[in-house]
Amino acid sequence: MRYYTYYPGCSMEATGAPVEESIKAIAKPLDMELIELEDWTCCGSSPFSGVDKVKAIGITARVLAQAEKTGLDLVTPCSSCYTILQEANDLIKEDHKLAEKVREALSAVGLTYNGTVKVRHIVEVLFNDIGPKGLAAKVVRPLTGLKVACYHGCQQVRPSYGHDDSELPDWLDQMAKSLGADPVDFPLKARCCGSSLVISESDVAIELINKLLQNARDHDAQCMVTTTCPLCHTALDVYQSAVNSKYKAGFKMPVLAITQLIAVALGLDYKQAALPGNVVSPKKLLAPYFASKPQAVPAETPTA
Amino acid sequence: MEPKIGVYVCHCGSNIAGVVDVEKVAEFARTLPSVVVARDYKFMCSDPGQDLIKKDIKELGVNRVVVASCSPQMHEPTFRRAVQEGGLNPYYFEMANIREHCSWVTENPKEATEKAKALVSAAVRRVFYHQPLENKEVPVHPDTLIVGGGIAGIQAALEIANSGHKVYLVEKGPSIGGHMMQLDKTFPTLDCSACILTPKMSLVGAHPQIELLTYSEIDYVSGYVGNFRVKIRKKARYVDASLCSGCGICSTKCPIKVDSEFDEKLAKRKAIYTPFAQAVPNVPVIEKEKCTYFLKGKCRACEKFCERNAINFQQEDEILDIEVGNIILTTGFKLFDPSPIKEYGYGRLDNVITSLEFERMVNSAGPTTGKVLLKNGKEPKSVAIIHCVGSRDEKYHEYCSRVCCMYGMKFAHLLKEHIHGSKVYEFYIDIRSFGKGYEEFYNRVQKEGTVFFRGRPGEVTDVAQTPEEKGKLIVQFEDTLVGKQSRLPVDMVVLCSGIEPQADAQETAHKFNISCGKENFFTEKHPKLDPVATMTDGVFIAGCCQGPKDIPDTVAQASAAAARVLALINKGKVEIEADTAFIDEAMCSGCRVCNLLCPYSAISYIEKDKVSRVNEALCKGCGTCVAGCPSGAIIHKHFTNEQINAEIEGILV
Amino acid sequence: MGDSVQTTTFLDEVASLPACDKINECIQCGVCSGSCTTATHWEYTPRKVIALVRAGMKDELLKSNSIWFCVSCYLCTARCPRDIKPASIMHGLESIALKEGYKPPTKTTTMYRTFSDSIVNNGRVYEFGFMFKYYLKTNPFAAIKMIPMALSLLTHKRMPLFAKKVKGTADLKTIINKLSAGGGR
Repeated sequence: MRYYTYYPGCSMEATGAPVEESIKAIAKPLDMELIELEDWTCCGSSPFSGVDKVKAIGITARVLAQAEKTGLDLVTPCSSCYTILQEANDLIKEDHKLAEKVREALSAVGLTYNGTVKVRHIVEVLFNDIGPKGLAAKVVRPLTGLKVACYHGCQQVRPSYGHDDSELPDWLDQMAKSLGADPVDFPLKARCCGSSLVISESDVAIELINKLLQNARDHDAQCMVTTTCPLCHTALDVYQSAVNSKYKAGFKMPVLAITQLIAVALGLDYKQAALPGNVVSPKKLLAPYFASKPQAVPAETPTA
Repeated sequence: MEPKIGVYVCHCGSNIAGVVDVEKVAEFARTLPSVVVARDYKFMCSDPGQDLIKKDIKELGVNRVVVASCSPQMHEPTFRRAVQEGGLNPYYFEMANIREHCSWVTENPKEATEKAKALVSAAVRRVFYHQPLENKEVPVHPDTLIVGGGIAGIQAALEIANSGHKVYLVEKGPSIGGHMMQLDKTFPTLDCSACILTPKMSLVGAHPQIELLTYSEIDYVSGYVGNFRVKIRKKARYVDASLCSGCGICSTKCPIKVDSEFDEKLAKRKAIYTPFAQAVPNVPVIEKEKCTYFLKGKCRACEKFCERNAINFQQEDEILDIEVGNIILTTGFKLFDPSPIKEYGYGRLDNVITSLEFERMVNSAGPTTGKVLLKNGKEPKSVAIIHCVGSRDEKYHEYCSRVCCMYGMKFAHLLKEHIHGSKVYEFYIDIRSFGKGYEEFYNRVQKEGTVFFRGRPGEVTDVAQTPEEKGKLIVQFEDTLVGKQSRLPVDMVVLCSGIEPQADAQETAHKFNISCGKENFFTEKHPKLDPVATMTDGVFIAGCCQGPKDIPDTVAQASAAAARVLALINKGKVEIEADTAFIDEAMCSGCRVCNLLCPYSAISYIEKDKVSRVNEALCKGCGTCVAGCPSGAIIHKHFTNEQINAEIEGILV
Repeated sequence: MGDSVQTTTFLDEVASLPACDKINECIQCGVCSGSCTTATHWEYTPRKVIALVRAGMKDELLKSNSIWFCVSCYLCTARCPRDIKPASIMHGLESIALKEGYKPPTKTTTMYRTFSDSIVNNGRVYEFGFMFKYYLKTNPFAAIKMIPMALSLLTHKRMPLFAKKVKGTADLKTIINKLSAGGGR
């Protein structure tokens, strides 16, 4: 059993709900215990950083200070929270003047932070702690023949923390492959979905989302498999209709978070994999996989 | 003879006198034991300054000299010479550094003066115990070893050989020529590279004073300036050079095809091959790892068809043991591999190529007979040339590779020449056209219609956003002089990849007892004033192994290194400083601990006498053995316990 | 050395912000602008923004829409040859602009403010509440166009109508006040 402190981030309670559900659903089968950080507050995300950079680091530091008390790795599914937490963590260690201001502010609420928290993205946890081999061993419903475009997004891979490649990452591809699926070539796999501007400058964001969907379709993907970031998932899934009305593109591209795909491959049913929450329904696409009986033995083990 | 010490306190203009009260220090010096005269003077290193010392030696019988001035690194040789000219042994001299260690590191005059007094006191007490020592002279072997057969090695070899002295030129590959042989035309004159290089290569091949050892490597080096011993491994070619006529039938008949390194993998060569037509020597080698005979015991086609019976599968590596007086390293560079720069698509996108790949294509003797071609066999109508790939970039190499601006512009010229009506675009951050004729070349290239965009591209992609972009490579960049992000569709992208040291640079440095810098180029003795020497006497460097440079600078450095070597050969002998270790054989127990401690392998155990002995020519006076000897049998000349203790006392008193 | 008055330039001001200290090392190569996902929408490209900071042209820069189109994709930061973090510089400039009351031609400023208020008031971003307030402030009619999407989110259970109670909300207010009082920029 692996234990982690889990930080969902604000969006997981709302637009990211299906992704959140699928994460919770696969935790047990993968021997992961995700302990939600008690009474957690917002990390601030980019908007707060744009309002006041120093204050933003202060409120991010609260999350880190609370997480430090648990003594476990701090795992988040939201790529934005991940980047904000990592940056604050690094700045507190490198910028001593800033660290002093933050220390004072934290002590005013009875907290301290000693810089020991390891911030991790849940995709990195799945890839490194479970691994494609570990996943493959638990597959009972191999997604053979399913062509997927694996969308990693920006903030899971940039700025680089020494993990997956920051231009053409492939951890999601490797995991999808271990589940039996067929990842297609997808050059825009780490390009922006524009979700930070989807509310205030929606035209710009819709244009970016269109490019991503188009690129996936051009490479014959049947569905997209995204990182767990609720913003990315929402942009591609919920806003697909907006793209269709603006560009008359006719996209019918289901968008599954990697954890939803894993849930399906692990033998969970349609509801357990939180698929009813997807606006672009994957029901038709996945029907053949749900129809056949789950196999006791995995169909194929991937090469590392 | 009773020591009579003369102390000279230098003002060094205001460098010392501005902080230290030099008169007080001189006054203080007069009170010290055995001091017969103490003076202060504006510039001790000047002729009048030195004359003061010589005069006092003559007239006042001074027989120990202390100069309180700058660092010994600056003027110890100057003052030792002055003392010697005054008639004393030069080792009766000691320097007190009251500048770098005193006046230059504090602004407090009181503290500075006190420290200066302490340093002078230390020097005075030390010099009391100095002994007259003699520098040793060792002969210089007149032969020279040059490692690396590119243009730098070839130039240096010819310079030395033409003076009548013998050169061993060792080259790792089957032929000399290096990267210059791969080039088509050279900037800014547009000379055909092979045409200007091959005559020199021929001269090397034919020169009576040059022993050319190709397909050879250095196994082991030992010794010291003037007297190096080198083990060279002549790898087996499996071809008898004395029989081979260079007809090339063996290569024609060989069935095994291998990627050609010389052609940057754009063409194939055979398992038995010469790398290019004008190879010197024109004797093929068999790459054992690819040859069917060595792998499976079959084939032997080359042997069957060779009319001279020159193929010899039984040939073995030959080890040569040679003695040389000097070594010049001219091991060259390798091109930066742009694969890690994923956003430029090298290795993933068709028609994104490196500079050397372009050179091979545009070369009429190359894999495409001089045609610049896309993967589909057609000529490109538009080409983007991107500067600074892997250079000026903290993620790869911080330094500028110096030649890429010029060769990038050369490519533009060649493209305009080869492909009529082609559109050529240069993407740069700065244009570095610093040499003779370089700026004029830049102007010429502009006149020919090449368009220059100031802006390092963000990426090269094949994801089209408009119909015009379909099927093309798109360079996405900001035209910084206009301030707009733009996309330019082209057929081909050439990456001006930077110059890197060879992959085994550190290993080579270690073998020759020199160092590598931060970026792994060999470290020169002084970057401005001594660029071809190293900290190891007798080992010189020249060309790109020292740092990125063009052919004119490479040739200049090669000639410079040759001149240094010839100077040593001409002198015939070299002086070794006397502050070496000396083993008192009466006290030596023969434990040999010092043998192992010595980093220069300067101590050997004499079996018949059952004691260890120091080779003074190899000894660098580091003191490790002195400290390590359990019997205290080793004396460090000019750094005896007596002298050091006196120095310490002087400071404490 | 030894000038009597030390004036802080705009460049100094920006360089002192967290993660912005390398701004003066920029060689204006243009990789950031060449990589920027939204560069075609910026009045002044990312590279030019840095040039404007160094030129002290604060007003021109902060009155423009430029920095507000940064989507934090970090391509600039990943590719910059001098290891500068242009994205962080954009965030820093945003915080200066908002603090000093600049009004650039974009609704993103309002969005950021509304978003941040939601955090301070609820401890977490209460998405429904924040969106509602945002449309009210900017363009209520646009909200009407969003109704189908809102309904879709509701029916897919992706938009809770009520905010959760978070005890730590009070902490956030204290932390923020401490950082204002202590000279937090």
